Amino acid sequence: MALSAKQLKHLSRLARLKLTDKDTAIFQKQLSEILGYVDQLQKLDTDKVEPTSQVTGLVNIMRKDSIDQSLPRKEALKNAPEQLEGFFKVKSVFD
Amino acid sequence: MTIPEIHKEFHTKKTTALELVQRAIEVIEKKEKNLGAFISLDIEAALKAAEKVDERIEKGEELGILEGIPFALKDNIMMKDKNVTCGSKILEDFVAPYDATVVERLKKAGAIVIGRTNMDEFAMGSSTETSFFKKTRNPHDFNRVPGGSSGGSAVAVASGEVVFGLGSDTAGSVRQPAAFCGVVGLKPTYGTVSRYGLVAMASSLDQIGPLARNIIDTVLVQSVIQGADERDATCVSDERNNPVYDLESIQNLGVKDLKIGIPKEYFTKGLDKRIAEKIGEAVELLKKQGAQVILVSLPHTEYAIATYYILCPAEVSANLERYDGIRYGYSAAVDSDEETKNLFDVYFKSREKGFGNEVKRRILLGTYVLSEGYYNAYYLKAQKVRTLIAEDFKKVFRQVDILVTPTTPTLPFKLGEKLDDPLQMYLSDVCTVPASLAGVPALSLPCGIVYENGKKLPVGIQLIADYFKESLLFQVGYAIEKLQK
Amino acid sequence: MNFEPVIGLEIHVQLKTKSKMFCGCNNNSEEAEPNTNVCPVCLGMPGVLPMINKEAVRFSLMVGIALGGKINCNSHFDRKNYFYPDLPKGYQISQYKCPLISGGVVEITCPLEKEKQLGKTTTYQKQIKIKRIHLEEDAGKLIHPEGADYSLVDLNRAGTPLLEIVTEPVIRSPQEASIFLKELRSIMRYLNVSNADMEKGHLRCDANVSLREEGTEILGTKTEVKNMNSFRAVEKALAYEIKRQEELLEKGKKIVQETRGWDETSEKTISQRSKEEENDYRYFPEPDLPPLEIDQRWIKEIKAKLPETSLQRRERFETEYKLNQELLKALIADKALGDYFEEVISELKEWIKDIEIKEDSARDGFVSGEKSKALAKMISQAASLIVSELIRLLNEAKVNIANCKISPENFAELITIIYQGEISQGAAKEVLGEMFKHGSDPSHIIDERGLAQINDPRSLRKIVNEVIEENTGPVSDYKSGKMQALGFLVGKVMQKSKGKANPEIVNELLRELLS
Repeated sequence: MALSAKQLKHLSRLARLKLTDKDTAIFQKQLSEILGYVDQLQKLDTDKVEPTSQVTGLVNIMRKDSIDQSLPRKEALKNAPEQLEGFFKVKSVFD
Repeated sequence: MTIPEIHKEFHTKKTTALELVQRAIEVIEKKEKNLGAFISLDIEAALKAAEKVDERIEKGEELGILEGIPFALKDNIMMKDKNVTCGSKILEDFVAPYDATVVERLKKAGAIVIGRTNMDEFAMGSSTETSFFKKTRNPHDFNRVPGGSSGGSAVAVASGEVVFGLGSDTAGSVRQPAAFCGVVGLKPTYGTVSRYGLVAMASSLDQIGPLARNIIDTVLVQSVIQGADERDATCVSDERNNPVYDLESIQNLGVKDLKIGIPKEYFTKGLDKRIAEKIGEAVELLKKQGAQVILVSLPHTEYAIATYYILCPAEVSANLERYDGIRYGYSAAVDSDEETKNLFDVYFKSREKGFGNEVKRRILLGTYVLSEGYYNAYYLKAQKVRTLIAEDFKKVFRQVDILVTPTTPTLPFKLGEKLDDPLQMYLSDVCTVPASLAGVPALSLPCGIVYENGKKLPVGIQLIADYFKESLLFQVGYAIEKLQK
Repeated sequence: MNFEPVIGLEIHVQLKTKSKMFCGCNNNSEEAEPNTNVCPVCLGMPGVLPMINKEAVRFSLMVGIALGGKINCNSHFDRKNYFYPDLPKGYQISQYKCPLISGGVVEITCPLEKEKQLGKTTTYQKQIKIKRIHLEEDAGKLIHPEGADYSLVDLNRAGTPLLEIVTEPVIRSPQEASIFLKELRSIMRYLNVSNADMEKGHLRCDANVSLREEGTEILGTKTEVKNMNSFRAVEKALAYEIKRQEELLEKGKKIVQETRGWDETSEKTISQRSKEEENDYRYFPEPDLPPLEIDQRWIKEIKAKLPETSLQRRERFETEYKLNQELLKALIADKALGDYFEEVISELKEWIKDIEIKEDSARDGFVSGEKSKALAKMISQAASLIVSELIRLLNEAKVNIANCKISPENFAELITIIYQGEISQGAAKEVLGEMFKHGSDPSHIIDERGLAQINDPRSLRKIVNEVIEENTGPVSDYKSGKMQALGFLVGKVMQKSKGKANPEIVNELLRELLS
């Protein structure tokens, strides 16, 4: 299954992952090859097979509604690239 | 020397915890420049911790199971206040605000962390070559890879830098480096070891596992890290998840009357004949010990890699969305070399510069297989094939008790050999991926040496058992280990 | 061409569990400093894992049962993937494929337009069908300082449990929408699962609006309207959007499918097309959370313990307390007020229990057997005072009953004082006002201000006699049959006693003395 450059560009936007022209060409080739390989699953008849999302078979794992200790704000912001008065600072969400 | 033997030496004053750590440091100082197993070291803290252990020994206090034992932690496991990088530029300066559950347990058991080990970036890879920081080399041949993604931990154990290591295994990332480096590595049953604090790659497949020089040490480490955790909903909390292991039985039960299955799909023409030979020799020895050897089939084995390389990238693409340059990690917004005009730029460029190629490939692949119009054909399909693969194992374990296979199809390959061909790299996981997809436990241990170009290259044998049957893996593993001596 | 609006609403309700949806952080950040109710989990740090809050699931099931929806016993969470600074993991844990609840209905009563009213029928009933209800986590808050090139992120709210309720597109007017939202708020409050305050963001609403030709089934292109922050805003925004679409269609133009934000200042909906670009959420089942299998036993248990609905409370208040429609309406509309009312009643019951049978009390007296009668009267009095006076005081001061300074105990005491005739009705209002301001004891206020009513016939007789002597004209008027003169004389006694005389007793005395 070949991946077109257009498709790759769309993916790069969805995944917020910039690709240089060089990368685009190389990835296009490599990803097409991988997709070609994984396409072999189509050979299998899985109409009556249930998908596996979880191997444990566990159900209803829930916790009690009680308050645990939170992180001190200093810890929470410790790794922040930019912060201002206790907030994470980011470029404006409005263009 | 096993951990119990080390503890005996503590008690008989033949050695002290401090001396043990000092010896570890000496080995590191001598070998690290060639091996590159560690990303960061914690020498000061280790020495201090060792001193405290010695004080406790002096006072005659009871020692924790792993008290005073130096170990290496893969750099994708959280340790509070330490720089945890996952082998990636995007977390180069990240300081962890909390301890992973397994780290809490190891600390409580008295183990001493020597440092954090090198790994493939975000655990994506089979050679530790995709690390942003450095290459790690196989101690048996510096021109070869140690395997991956837990290469650093495997090397640290194999070289004698530490007594045990922790790695993470999603498609073979503990077992394959164990095989390439000649040590023991376990991928436990999915859901036995808490994932809280393990940087997620593929959530439904990841498991933390121990690496050690022998079976007994592996058992002891596993008994400390395994067990229910209220912070991990996928960690089994009922009696099936039992971290209590009976060393007596493990050492003495042997393999008499055990039914050992040899799945034919693991012995195809892609397998290096020398490896097949070593596995065969080990199986013969087990037969002589009273085991019954039966040829079996896991018919969907050939589809495992394809299944994995749809499911894993899908989960990866979601799990790595949090690395966006906003709350932590590398951000193009504060990189003077990058221009970011708006928020989109910040995401776009932080992730471009912060991630390496393999990570990017998997993110893009994962985004594709989950996207509208492709979900059913890829992701849903792969989940269904996963069911078929798991059923293969369920069926086979009604016929036999344990499976024996090679851990890897080839001997450790050369550095750089597969870097430019991602698909080739993926195919090196062919023996380890199926057990990951099913979630069954699998153990790799050394079973011989192959000579190549004057180097002694280790061969790993893989044992696979049914869910929660780690003790059986240990029992048979111990028997093989004993036979090798 | 006659167009009819086709409106569907998507409502998010914040559930007031103690802790967040997937971690143990405090769920109440109303008074908190930014980023202080956060932990590695809700911050989306590397290596963390979510854990489902059972109470949030229980609250959701309560809502589903209360609305008559179908509980989907096999339910699970999905990841909804998109990038935004208020979404720490880069995905929201939500439910896509298997929502907890399907279906359900909310019945509302809407006023009929004047021209449609027929005789006494001034309202119509409507059933708002619910499509689905599911559970998810909230994102953090973004603040946009005026004129700045940056935004600020506060993740206190990230991880708060949200119930998403989607209606079928059965709403036909802005008014129906607003009434529906108010009824939903009432339901949430009566179930005690959310304060559902739109102004505080506990209840948020987006609308899908389209027009179709009356009489046809063909739906028009819909637009999504967001950023409506009050019931009033919902009405205005929907009215605007309907009109905007109407005008376009009448000109023969096409409706563009887009998201439009309500702008409160300009009172328009404004296109937000750029945000809509390419949002493929790539939903897939959440691998970190095992699925839910809701068993029938739990559903039965929840059903049995479901709190009283507003309808049930209305019926109960009517039967137990014999209140009229006006009082009922006011006490049901605000659940907290109804709660307060019942606390006052509880205090009154205590008081009545303790009271000794007095032999010669001034009023009807508490002779045995009369206790229940007295209680009924006091309850009625309490209801009136709350509805006529307390509500007014609360509204004027813009205070919520939750923050009212008058304790139910003190309020009840006031009622007993009024009932026993210790103060006049007028004085009661003054005392209440004072209690509202300072939270003080009614008896203290009465003492301080000397508001005690004079009930003692002996002291009153003296004043009455004085007035009779001083007002011979009106006295003879009364004696000659002019009833109004009595009122004048009562007034004079009130004047002389500085308003403290008990007017009823004065009335009796005058009749007695002048007969």
